[in-house]
Amino acid sequence: MLRRDFLKMAALGGAVLHPCGRAAIAARGAPGDAGAGRLVVVFLRGAVDGLSVVVPHGEPEYYRVRPTIALARPGGEDGVLDLDGHFGLHPALAPLLPYWQGGRLAFVHASGSPDPSRSHFDAQDYMESGTPGRKTTPDGWLNRLLGALPPVANPAPLRALGMGAVLPRALAGRQPVANLPLGDRATRPTLLDRPNVAQAFDRLYDNDDKLSRAYRESQRAHKEAMEALDPARLEQEMSAADNGAPPAAGFPGDAARLARLMRQDEGIQLAFMAVGGWDTHASQGAAKGQLAGRLQPLAQGLAELARGLGPRLDETQIVVMSEFGRTVRQNGNGGTDHGHGNVMWLLGGSIAGGKVHGRWPGLDSPALYEGRDLAVTTDFRDVLVTLCERHLRLADVRLAEVFPGFAGRGLPGLLKA
Amino acid sequence: MAYGVGKLSGMLVLSTALLAPAALRADDGIDERAALHVLNRLSFGPAPGDLAHVMQVGIERYIDEQLHPERLPIPEPLSRELASLDSASASPRELINQYREAQRAVRSEGEDAKALQRDLLHRVALEAGEARLLQALQSPRQLQEVMVDFWFNHFNVFAGKGLDRVLVESYEREAIRPYALGHFRDLLGATAHHPAMLFYLDNWLSVSPGFRLRGDARPTAKASGLNENYARELMELHTLGVDGGYDQHDVTELARMLTGWTFDPRTERGDALFVFDPRRHDNGDKTWLGRQVTAGGQAEGEWALDVLASQPATARHISYQLAQYFVADVPPPPLVERLAHRFLETDGDIRAVLASLFASKEFRHPAFQGAKFKTPYQYVLSSLRAAGRPVHNVSPLLGALNQLGMPLYGCLTPDGYKNTEEAWLSPDAVSRRIGFASALAGGRLALESTPGQGGGTMPATALAGGGAGSSREMREASVKGLPPVDATLLLTTLGSSISAKTRAVVAQSAPALRAALVLGSPDFMHH
Repeated sequence: MLRRDFLKMAALGGAVLHPCGRAAIAARGAPGDAGAGRLVVVFLRGAVDGLSVVVPHGEPEYYRVRPTIALARPGGEDGVLDLDGHFGLHPALAPLLPYWQGGRLAFVHASGSPDPSRSHFDAQDYMESGTPGRKTTPDGWLNRLLGALPPVANPAPLRALGMGAVLPRALAGRQPVANLPLGDRATRPTLLDRPNVAQAFDRLYDNDDKLSRAYRESQRAHKEAMEALDPARLEQEMSAADNGAPPAAGFPGDAARLARLMRQDEGIQLAFMAVGGWDTHASQGAAKGQLAGRLQPLAQGLAELARGLGPRLDETQIVVMSEFGRTVRQNGNGGTDHGHGNVMWLLGGSIAGGKVHGRWPGLDSPALYEGRDLAVTTDFRDVLVTLCERHLRLADVRLAEVFPGFAGRGLPGLLKA
Repeated sequence: MAYGVGKLSGMLVLSTALLAPAALRADDGIDERAALHVLNRLSFGPAPGDLAHVMQVGIERYIDEQLHPERLPIPEPLSRELASLDSASASPRELINQYREAQRAVRSEGEDAKALQRDLLHRVALEAGEARLLQALQSPRQLQEVMVDFWFNHFNVFAGKGLDRVLVESYEREAIRPYALGHFRDLLGATAHHPAMLFYLDNWLSVSPGFRLRGDARPTAKASGLNENYARELMELHTLGVDGGYDQHDVTELARMLTGWTFDPRTERGDALFVFDPRRHDNGDKTWLGRQVTAGGQAEGEWALDVLASQPATARHISYQLAQYFVADVPPPPLVERLAHRFLETDGDIRAVLASLFASKEFRHPAFQGAKFKTPYQYVLSSLRAAGRPVHNVSPLLGALNQLGMPLYGCLTPDGYKNTEEAWLSPDAVSRRIGFASALAGGRLALESTPGQGGGTMPATALAGGGAGSSREMREASVKGLPPVDATLLLTTLGSSISAKTRAVVAQSAPALRAALVLGSPDFMHH
């Protein structure tokens, strides 16, 4: 089975926008009303080393157990960008520093799943289903969230959007969602864009049954995306607002594309992107090297997304998460192995920024999970529950549908008062 | 759109053939619709000549043929391809060792080793895909292939999870296919002992409380207590069903009975990798499903499988699923009851239960003809069969299944892929199926090239939603691909399952579009 690698997904993408999911006929869609909260989830598949993202440079233990891959203290050569005197940001994430300084970026450290699994598959599955430890959950938490949001009058096929070659687990389920291929495939015309072909298929699917309605819905969603991503319009926008084109390939380009879509289509309320390549078992590097080389475009893309959203960043909460963290101690190959606690990133929206949230358990041996990993002191669902409740204004009773069986009450102080 | 006179007259000639859907009745009174129905449900759809065969031998004889696959010879070209696959592929033991070696290399050597590991996994996935798809498409033992699909999903394992990447092929070959029409207890036992299942549902990690590995080099020494995953799914999904009358206590007790069921690639005992490790087994007393269980090592688990296989709840659960798969999304309850009865009186003889099912008035009822919405797997296979396309390279088909949301061996959850309309009918499904239909119809799938080449693993071009991609891509593809599918032959093959309405639209459309319209029609989405 192939690794769910971002570049590979980009290379393999289909060629047109397709709404996925079932019962797409249900009247749901554009929230329309200004100020409705929006949520973008960026999932780092492969388990990013959170201790290299938000670095506990104030802990001597960090330098002791990571002799060759630790990032230097702030001020030193290639040192971390100090956040609060104890934590620092990986220097490759410099494009995000202005957001920290402006109070738009926060982190929740030592967060993650209560499930002990160190299997990528199980841990991603649990995090995307939103039900750690339960393998039979059929749908993803974002899909259930979509179903729990207040219904709106005008159906918008793009209310929930995945970007990638295949529909992510987090978005799978009963609610209709759209999936947008990465790269320029998103706007490639299809056979059904030819009038004579569309005419013939329109005639085959002119009944009032479910199948014909699904066909018409797919045509509608396709037109909507083609319009939103019309190349002529994009070019005009890019030169005006973006001050130059985004890099040609990879995450920054797709993040910028998502920003543009969300700016133009107010109906998009939930979005999901995945970025791979974080499984750094060997030669992880420090300020430079493998991990730094991946963090750099990630930061650039997130900055593109925030900048592209412009004033809409206030209503848009961006969350970056990963299935688990990596071992505190570096291994014999200059890398790190599968661990437990990690860091969640929060950008824009209603976040109380400029702060590392959560309870930091420390890196001394007794504090470590199973003697080797950063402990989890904040359940990832506590963070998501807070966002659903406060930022997306989800009613209490609906929260239980999104995270069934979860009794957590959220993380106090995470959002602006 | 203006057509030249020549084109127009050509269309008129063609239309006579296109517009002749009237259901034929053979002299002995076989209804063509009934013949198509058994072909649709007992096989992955009619291939050229199939409808004529059933009309000739009759429906009962066709069903009997399919219920006895051992009497149907595998054609020489297919058996040759399968034999070469077989000799090329490594044993599960070798594969596990190769996989672990590759993993170790990735840990110590980094990027280069990752490429090698990817190559290994790609090759293994392709071989598994070839073994499955070539048989499903070309084997005359169609019902057996249909049952492989059914049972694989019933006893699902996910090829994306660790070791199962290299084990799915042997799981299907050793634990599923030989028992697809056999006795349920044998099938249940084969899945329970196979490393793919032991790994997927974590039973290999499940040990008696307090058990410690002592200097054991067994991989990932994480076995640190009872793991209930397999025990739970064994009752909920594989046998009794979710309302089958057991509770959490029964799950825990069954998990205890199954401790010690694991596998070891170093074992010297023949081909099987299964081992029962008494050190891991919980020898305490147990009560399970109201029964006292005395300590008996591996025999406890074997006995539990006996009990589970013969429960009325299991008979009902399996019967419901069979009726749902073969008859209707919501199967008629009296049929389910009769099948469950048959299951119990024949000791879970799957062939006997299916014979009752196919003979039932419910299965034969016209209301259920064409009532099932095809899964992506059924849609792709039936398209290929109807088009009569020879397939040597399955890569474009594996890619199509990915794009249609049903990657082969790619269902994450242990309940397997659903086969209901509710699970599969979506706007996305319709537009992507039309995309696939037009790529196939236009000869743009590289089905004849060397596996793993030419088609790539994902025919992104071919599946460009509406299908065609840019004109440049179409030119390139048509050079590499096959001649377009002949719509007239296609309509003959599919007979009256394509409606008069669809035939009329087809007849009025440009010739190059016709086969795509047939395969992308609402009629062909159902079976």
